[in-house]
Amino acid sequence: MADPMKIRATLNGDTADVRVLMGHPMETGQRKGPDGKIVPMHFIQNVEVKLNGKTVIEGQISQAVSRNPVFSFRVKGAKAGDKIEISWLDNKGDKNRTETAIA
Amino acid sequence: MNAIRRTTLKAAGAAFLLASGLLQPLRALAAGWNKAAFASKTPADALKNLGASGTLESKDILIEAPQIAENGLVVPIEIMSNVPNTKSIAVIIEKNPFPLVAQFDFMEGALPFLKINVKMGESSWVRVVAEAGGKHYTAAKEIKVTIGGCGG
Repeated sequence: MADPMKIRATLNGDTADVRVLMGHPMETGQRKGPDGKIVPMHFIQNVEVKLNGKTVIEGQISQAVSRNPVFSFRVKGAKAGDKIEISWLDNKGDKNRTETAIA
Repeated sequence: MNAIRRTTLKAAGAAFLLASGLLQPLRALAAGWNKAAFASKTPADALKNLGASGTLESKDILIEAPQIAENGLVVPIEIMSNVPNTKSIAVIIEKNPFPLVAQFDFMEGALPFLKINVKMGESSWVRVVAEAGGKHYTAAKEIKVTIGGCGG
C-alpha cells in the first residue's frame, strides 16, 4: 500500500503556493539491501496537479528524485477555497492522491 | 479435429487474456512517461529524446540550489523560468548515470516554477531546459557534492 501524502496550499496574492510530500521509497535499482542483493527499482513516474478538477501541471520524474519526494508548485489565478488535487503513479502501477482547499 | 480446434481456441483465449492483462498498465505508463529520454545515459541523448535541439542559453531561467551539497541524497533545487510563455521545464543532472531527472508541463495558470529534491551521485552541473514558443532555452548551475547519493 502507498504511504500517506501531505499537502498544503496557501494563497499569496493571487497565486497559490502548493507544497506536497509523497511517502515513497524512490528506489534507484542501484542500492544493495541488507541481504546484499540489489533492491529493485521502485519509483514514482508521473505527478499530476489539478485546480478545481482541471489539470494545471503534469510531471514525469525519474528514480533520481529523493526518497519521500517533496515538491513546491505555484498556481496563479487561484482563490481561497479552490480545490487542489495531486496524484502520482509509480513504475509498479501503484498510485495515490490527495486534495486540499486553498487557505 | 474438434479437439485440436478446442485447444487452439483455449490457447488463443489464454494468450488474449495474458496480453490484455499485462499490456494495459504498460500502455498506460508508456503514454505518460518518456522512457527513451529517462533511459538516456548522456545529457546530449536526453536532450535529443526530449526533442530539445539547438538550445539557447538564457539568463531568464533562475536556478536556486546550494553551491555545496553535503548530502547527495537530498539536494534541493528551485527553478523559475521568466522566459515568456514557458510551457515546460526539464531538469538534467549531467553527471548522474541517467541525467534526466524531471520534466514538468505547466498549463492554465500554473507558473513555470518547481521546487524538487534530487539525488546526485557526484558534483555536477545541473542543467535546466525550458520550452517556450517551440524554442528551448537553457541555464546551468554547478553543485558540488560532498557525499554522493547513488549507492549506500
